[in-house]
Amino acid sequence: MGEIFVVVEHRKGEVREVTYQMLWKANDLCQKLSHTLTAVLIGGKDEPFLNELKERADKVIVVEGLQNFNGDLYKEILFRLIQENKPLLTMVAHTPWGMDFAPSLSVKLGYPIVTDCVDVVIDSGKPKAVRQIYSGKLFSRVAFQEAAGYLITIRSGAFPAEKVGEHKGEIVRKPMPADLPQVGKQFVGFEDAGAGAVDITQAELLVSIGRGVGEADKVPIVKELADKMKGVLSCSRPVVDKNWLPKYHQVGTSGKSVKPKVYLAFGISGAFQHVAGITGAGCVIAVNKDKKAPIFRVADYGVVEDLFKVVDALKAKLA
Amino acid sequence: MEIIVCVKRVPVTQEVDLAINPQKNDIRKDMLAYVINEWDNYAIEEAIKLKEKLGGTVTAVTIGSEDDEEALRRCLAMGADKAFRIDPGNLVMDSFVISKILAQFIKGQPHDLVFTGVQRDDLNEGAVGTMLAEHLGLPHAEVVRRVEPAGNEATIRVELEGGTDEVSKIKLPALLSIQTGINEPRYVSIMGIRKAAKKELNVAGVDTLGLAATDLQPRTMVEEIFLPPETEGAQFIEGDPATIAEEILRILKEKGVSI
Repeated sequence: MGEIFVVVEHRKGEVREVTYQMLWKANDLCQKLSHTLTAVLIGGKDEPFLNELKERADKVIVVEGLQNFNGDLYKEILFRLIQENKPLLTMVAHTPWGMDFAPSLSVKLGYPIVTDCVDVVIDSGKPKAVRQIYSGKLFSRVAFQEAAGYLITIRSGAFPAEKVGEHKGEIVRKPMPADLPQVGKQFVGFEDAGAGAVDITQAELLVSIGRGVGEADKVPIVKELADKMKGVLSCSRPVVDKNWLPKYHQVGTSGKSVKPKVYLAFGISGAFQHVAGITGAGCVIAVNKDKKAPIFRVADYGVVEDLFKVVDALKAKLA
Repeated sequence: MEIIVCVKRVPVTQEVDLAINPQKNDIRKDMLAYVINEWDNYAIEEAIKLKEKLGGTVTAVTIGSEDDEEALRRCLAMGADKAFRIDPGNLVMDSFVISKILAQFIKGQPHDLVFTGVQRDDLNEGAVGTMLAEHLGLPHAEVVRRVEPAGNEATIRVELEGGTDEVSKIKLPALLSIQTGINEPRYVSIMGIRKAAKKELNVAGVDTLGLAATDLQPRTMVEEIFLPPETEGAQFIEGDPATIAEEILRILKEKGVSI
């Protein structure tokens, strides 16, 4: 009987939701393959969510003694655990931290890796990865070259996070390996990148702009509409990258998650990192010139039109 | 400071209808426009800014065909000193093979910093940077949005989720995967690209690098690409802008938004 590893991602004493999503999928795969499910927790002493993990896996391997995340140390510790246990599949979160060690772990182990996956399927007893390409306009199914084991990184939000099955996870404590190498990167601290004058998380109505606005000079045109509607102006990542608006306006994975009654999206294509931030919105209305824009797959209402024509028409109605 | 920047050219797929190729393993690319990968554009700008401040050389490298030299010319016009194109011929490449080729090239070049973009805009794999660091034995960081070198180390800022940044110190030489928004990439004019035509652009076949056959063997294969599963999707509002505006206002009222 084989094994599936899920690498637990956690920060500041809290497990990251993507860990539970990976465990949900791994549980499904384990049932199909008659494999056992092992969560691997590398962290400080007595992480508070250990009991929660026990209920979601057959085994929890705990390696204590690493106060702060370090990708190279994760790689070294996991390399040793994987060599010892030989899991068929190891699942890692496709996050800034997961991406800091999963590809190098794949090289060190000689195991193939597929990154940023939204599904894992089993074909003749072997895992295959499903991922989105070309901004989510297409999907691709990727097979691995035959190897002793495989690595997959999972996109946050790809699966539900709920508890499934009956697990009484056995806790297996492992000492921190004594032969870890010196690493070239040292953690200094966390900093808040996004505090500012506007709180988009509390707004009832968000009027949000994306790359489709075209240039910095056009931003005030939509801001005016937001003011007229007593809404708050927010935006997608490209708008912040281009310095058209400060970071505290940004909705999405690297910005804020929002929960307005209505989210009115102008010229936002709907990259998954953005969509992940609006799952709490009551209603999404999207205006975009591209009928195939991924935002229309998640919006409640869609308008295929030049956004400025709609903005002007709304202003005229409110005048 | 010697900086090597790995860049690539990608097709523009926003606001374009994509067609699947007959082999069903990629899209048809013959009618698409190409641009430098957005992340790489920020990476090259960051390298040039550091060079302007600290001196040194910026080298841009790409793996691709003659058409991909467009991306290198752009880097040269922005201020890179040298450019290299490695021609893969008909090689099928996954992230592993790409990282092996780049590693082999970079080993022969002086480097204090190696930059890649966080990911490529077409396939969003985001794996080459970390793999490359592993081949080269370099300290590395992903999703970097600030770099401040001082002596034999650099202070870096990594973007995590939810508006949190992680600050670290990293020893040089190091590999950093650069995030969008780290700077404001400079404008490149047609004139600028013409002027940069005089700068050095070297081409070498991948077979000249001395890689083993196993290094050029992809470890993953795209079996099939397909359309996303059908979802309910949006209910489309049709009509002239005035009608659309009226309908939007009606929905806002229905959802309890007070205007």
